[in-house]
Amino acid sequence: YFYIFRAIDEDRKIKYKAAVKIQSWFRGCRVRAYLRHLNKMAILMQKWWRGYLRRKYFRETVETAYFIKKLNFYNEMAVRIQKMWRGYYVRKYIHNFYALKKYLKAISVNNAFVRSELQEYAEMKEKEDKMKDLEKEEKEKKYQARKMHYLLSTTQIPGIYNSPFRKSPDPMELLLRKSKPLTHRKQQVKEGKSLVVYELYDWPTCKEPPAFVTALPLLPIDRQKPQGPFRDPAEVLWQRYKPLEPTLRVAESRNSPPAKARERPQREEWRNPIHDNEFLPFSSYHRIYEKHETSLRRSGKYGQEAYGTKHFRDVYPKKWIADKDFETLFPSIVLFDKFGKTYSSTGQIV
Amino acid sequence: NSGVVCLLRPLLLDVIPSIRQTTALALGRLADCDVDLAETVVKAGILPQLICSLPEENRYYKKTAAFVLRAVSKHSPQLAQAVVQCGALEMLMICLEDFDPGVKEGASWALGYIARHNRELSQAVVDAGAVPLLVLCIQEPEIALKRIAASTLSDISKHSPELAQTVVDAQAIAHLAQMIPNPDAKLKRQVLSALSQIAKHSVDLAELVVEAEIFPVVLTCLKDSDEYVKKNGVTLIREIAKHTPELSQLVVNLGGVAAVIDCIDSCRGTVRLPGIMTLGYVAAQSEDLSMAVIVSKGIPPLCVCLIEEHEDHIKAAAAWALGQIGRHTAEHARHVAVANVLPTMLDIYMDSRSSDDLKMKASIFAKKALKTILQKCTYLPALEPLLHEAPPNILKHIIGQFSKVLPHDSKARRLFVTTGGLKKVQEIKAEPGSLLQEYINTINNCYPEEIVR
Repeated sequence: YFYIFRAIDEDRKIKYKAAVKIQSWFRGCRVRAYLRHLNKMAILMQKWWRGYLRRKYFRETVETAYFIKKLNFYNEMAVRIQKMWRGYYVRKYIHNFYALKKYLKAISVNNAFVRSELQEYAEMKEKEDKMKDLEKEEKEKKYQARKMHYLLSTTQIPGIYNSPFRKSPDPMELLLRKSKPLTHRKQQVKEGKSLVVYELYDWPTCKEPPAFVTALPLLPIDRQKPQGPFRDPAEVLWQRYKPLEPTLRVAESRNSPPAKARERPQREEWRNPIHDNEFLPFSSYHRIYEKHETSLRRSGKYGQEAYGTKHFRDVYPKKWIADKDFETLFPSIVLFDKFGKTYSSTGQIV
Repeated sequence: NSGVVCLLRPLLLDVIPSIRQTTALALGRLADCDVDLAETVVKAGILPQLICSLPEENRYYKKTAAFVLRAVSKHSPQLAQAVVQCGALEMLMICLEDFDPGVKEGASWALGYIARHNRELSQAVVDAGAVPLLVLCIQEPEIALKRIAASTLSDISKHSPELAQTVVDAQAIAHLAQMIPNPDAKLKRQVLSALSQIAKHSVDLAELVVEAEIFPVVLTCLKDSDEYVKKNGVTLIREIAKHTPELSQLVVNLGGVAAVIDCIDSCRGTVRLPGIMTLGYVAAQSEDLSMAVIVSKGIPPLCVCLIEEHEDHIKAAAAWALGQIGRHTAEHARHVAVANVLPTMLDIYMDSRSSDDLKMKASIFAKKALKTILQKCTYLPALEPLLHEAPPNILKHIIGQFSKVLPHDSKARRLFVTTGGLKKVQEIKAEPGSLLQEYINTINNCYPEEIVR
């Protein structure tokens, strides 16, 4: 029996364990299936959720990418516009190449013009100088011709410049023919005097003193000495050649600015005065102190009298001292009586 | 010296006017010759005696008194100060108001010599009220008086802008400008110098001078036969052009540059200096004006000046002017380089470097000009000869220019090799890491390895 019961017990235990195993296995399968199901559901949900998220994100990225592309495009276009504008602006206003070129050309044209003008001016000045020199030479020659007038040829004697071997006379000869003879004396005196005057009035520098009267002109040698009681000739000459010292009024030129400036208010003053008699005395002054002067035109016994009421031929016997007139006290000298009354040449005064 | 002055002193107070006058003349001549005599005259207290009776004297005396004052004050500022302290200025004003032109001339000459020395003396002269009287003197018909009055105005206005402004306020500019066409050469000299002294101080004064319509007339002065008239005319143009670009533009537009260039061509010596400086100032203002100077054929005369002239400051001025022309862009530098002037400048620089004792202005300016031109110069044929002779500091710039141009231009590269430039570059030793080494490396990189070795 024990062995049967042990065998039955062991069978029962084995069957119990088997039943437990089968049941646990089955429950495990059921749970596993349930978990699998849950897992699948979770995966499904996550799948759908993540897809949704990513699609949303994708849309956003697409939008931003599109936006950026648009921005880039706009940037590029803006750069293009700015590029064109800046190029235009710089080329037109800041560094205008063609305007600069034109300007430089204009400058060179202007320079050429200025140079030509200056050249002309310089040439003109040179010509003027030459003309002046020529004129001076001409004047010299004419003066020489006038001085050497005696060298003119006569009909009998040919002059120096009119040699018989020449075909036509020398130009000097022609000048001599044209010129008026020069008298030396007057020329010298005039020159001498003008030198003195020139010296005294020419003051470009103060280096030369006023040549007072130390440099007098020499008088001609054969001058006839005038007759009579005389002062010292040096004194006379000094007085005669005394330089002009004009009064201030004369020395100032009438056209100089200070004189003109003074003239205007003077004229205005002359024009504008309110009172003609300034500083009039009191009103009854004229009755007491001033005598009435009748006008000359109406005064005089017989109406209009000549100007000057004194008549020199009037005789005032009351003023005479003596009764008699002047009488001669000495007999006259006969010779002197004949003076100027005879007509003979002997009586004439030499 | 042997007591002459003391002997003459009592004669000044003599009764007879001609004695007084001859004494004054003698004193004037003594003081004129020698500084010591002038000082003796001042110390002996003669000046107050001379001036005290001046208003009543006749015009010869006034003239000789002015001569004495002039002779004394011309030697030094201290003597002029002594003259002013004696109260000479009031007397000189009285002389200036006199009617005789000779007296006015003497007085204004004396004032000119006083005002010449320094600013305080000029201020004293102006304070005494000389300027309106001088302007009246300028309008007088006598040419000598005009000359002296113009030179006095020039001496007064040269010291400071305020003095120049005072002269301008007396309407001097209009009268001076009217006298420019006058045919007398010495008068023109003085007038032009007066205007240039006025214009040099500030832009406003220069503009005032320009508004007086000097411009086409001044250019005719540049063709005058007298050298100093030309010099003063060009100085006037220089003083006007140096202030602002607008004024330089004005000068260029009126053809002033052409006239100045012709003037430089026709003169020799120091007379050229203001002309060179004018070109330098005009070119320095802007690159357009610099181009205008180049177009007016300004570079050849400058080169000629650089080569021919012996004086240091003229060469320095010419080098400076060329530097100003060439420093703006590559185009300008090319024009300068084409004129073949860079070797000359290098020679000037090298010459003075060998004799180190003299620090000549010419070399300083030549170096600066070279540097500025080389920094912009891309004209390689002109740079080649310089490669062989230049000292290291100049060489650095030359190599720098080569290294800028060679990488881009193949024909230039070929030329560089054939003319032996590459060989020379290899011979140069430079510290590694310095700028020079970098330039050399850039050049070497343009060529394949075999040629470099």
